[in-house]
Amino acid sequence: MSEPVLSVRELVVEIPTRHGLLKPVDGVNYEIAPGEILGVVGESGAGKSMTGNAVIGLLDRPARIASGEIYLKGERIDNLSLSELRRYRGKEIGMVFQDPLTSLNPLLPIGDQLTETIQEHLGVSSAEAERRAIHALEEVGIPAAAERIGSYPHEFSGGMRQRVVIALALCAEPSLVIADEPTTALDVSVQAQITALLKRLCRERGMAVMLVTHDMGVIAETADRVAVMYAGQLAELGDVRDVITAPRHPYTDGLMGSTPLASKGKKRLHQIPGSMPRLGNLPSGCAFHPRCPYTQDKCKTDLGPRLRDLDGRAACWFPLDGARAAKGVA
Amino acid sequence: MAFIVSVRSLTRVFDVSKPWLNRVIERLPKRKLTAVSDVSFEIEENTVYALVGESGSGKSTIGKMVVGLLPPSEGEVEIEGVNLATETDADKIDTVRSDIQMIFQDPYASLNPRWKVGNIIEEPAVANGDATDGLAERLLEQVGLSASDVNKFPHEFSGGQRQRICVARALASEPNLIVCDEPTSALDVSVQAQVLNLMSDLKDEFGLTYLFISHDLTVIQHMADKIGVLYLGRLVEEASPDALFDSPKHPYTQMLLEAAPRMDGFGREVEPPEGEIPDPINPPTGCAFHPRCPIAVECCAKERPVLETKGAGRRVACFLAE
Repeated sequence: MSEPVLSVRELVVEIPTRHGLLKPVDGVNYEIAPGEILGVVGESGAGKSMTGNAVIGLLDRPARIASGEIYLKGERIDNLSLSELRRYRGKEIGMVFQDPLTSLNPLLPIGDQLTETIQEHLGVSSAEAERRAIHALEEVGIPAAAERIGSYPHEFSGGMRQRVVIALALCAEPSLVIADEPTTALDVSVQAQITALLKRLCRERGMAVMLVTHDMGVIAETADRVAVMYAGQLAELGDVRDVITAPRHPYTDGLMGSTPLASKGKKRLHQIPGSMPRLGNLPSGCAFHPRCPYTQDKCKTDLGPRLRDLDGRAACWFPLDGARAAKGVA
Repeated sequence: MAFIVSVRSLTRVFDVSKPWLNRVIERLPKRKLTAVSDVSFEIEENTVYALVGESGSGKSTIGKMVVGLLPPSEGEVEIEGVNLATETDADKIDTVRSDIQMIFQDPYASLNPRWKVGNIIEEPAVANGDATDGLAERLLEQVGLSASDVNKFPHEFSGGQRQRICVARALASEPNLIVCDEPTSALDVSVQAQVLNLMSDLKDEFGLTYLFISHDLTVIQHMADKIGVLYLGRLVEEASPDALFDSPKHPYTQMLLEAAPRMDGFGREVEPPEGEIPDPINPPTGCAFHPRCPIAVECCAKERPVLETKGAGRRVACFLAE
């Protein structure tokens, strides 16, 4: 396997509060190879977006990276100064946010927003930058790109706006794109267009993509590998087909089972009892044990095994074997 | 079986013109947006009727008109045989109104942050003048929360718990019909499963009828007894979930089902649908779907197909559907 584009090792993000230290991301390890799409799933509050923000250096204070290392193409980027980080953001790492309306400047024509990024990172003339901007818009499928370059964000529909945001993320030809819920605000048919676009660009350019979403269907169709997060930790990491059809962590099993698709034909959906614990109030031992149908005594006292070595698939003392898991629990 | 709701040629037009002074100075015509046009359907008692469509298809507008939050421009909504817009008997209006409740999409915006949960839940019953002691406590336990939560405020609950509070509030006036507008789209899948299960249980327990509005096909397939597919304010297909998902007849429904992500679709390469939903102010002539339709023929651009019964329990608005 070639050198990974992104490699995150033992990443810990901390937020000091009055009530003590919270760890929204606690010891996360993963790698993304060139041309690979890594899906990151989990419930809200599991630390999915926080991991993405830590990689691109967009953590809001007081949140900070407490320990761990982030490497981009072999270079360490988690301890860079702000000015050094600016060279990476937009140039080496592109970011696509959930809401296309708030991630574009409403007062600037989209062409200006694109040329600004291109000139900043690639140092080309303004005429060349405009040519590249038009090319970037054409590539994401915006019709009549040359005429629309002077249009403002509000003149585009939601799907078209998200294409502009993707063009903006890709215009400096980054090697890694972090897409944080890129299709959640969009309709089904537009969502299909956007995921197809991401897949095509990823394949053509050999980019690495980190796709953060809570939609299992999107993950199944788009991602190559999946990381499942629970309470700031990786619960399971593996090939998308394995994780979805034969989950080994009971949480993944419950999550997959609770989608209406998996319970097709059943009167009731499978549900995981309770809800995710608050960060300030994590249970002892494995964070999932109070909700886990297979809890044993060891889970209550011993911290769950971490996914330290990247081959280990599930962070569970008693991982399920695929056959039992696929049926779900009544 | 009795129909609890019958909607007949329901139409809603919004005036989206500029202010009159601009119209005079710039000589602009009035602009009308037809959000819903000529929609008719009926809901049987104790069933779930689902409306599905993309944004701008008019599904929420229909929901609001059924509840009575918006007056229809044309057509009528009859609930339990009473048309709320024209009925003159105040007693009848009161009884029917207390039989309808609504659950909204965003559980963060639909609960008053300054009210205690107990007061929020009792409110519909208080408004009808039939609140009883311990009502809020009883309802809270029914939706899976604890009776001691009555004195808490909404911010002390998570999204899923808030949606349970919304469900409890909807149940307070002992309604027959609940209109649910995207009740789970703000929730995580595992929480969504809890809320959907709760709604199914309550339906069986109290004999409720749901008008379920959602854009999520998988949720619709799980919940609905009958599905109406909307495109640009019109019903294009209506069928039972099995019939609709196994053999969709309208090309729009086919496109929608094809585009929906699947759990078993590993590496599936879909040809994504072309184009987007058109501008509802200047909708295409004829069938509104014809510019995006892969099988459109000449007459589709000229004439609008009517919603016709095709096969058992299925209605389709397409010239080419057999």
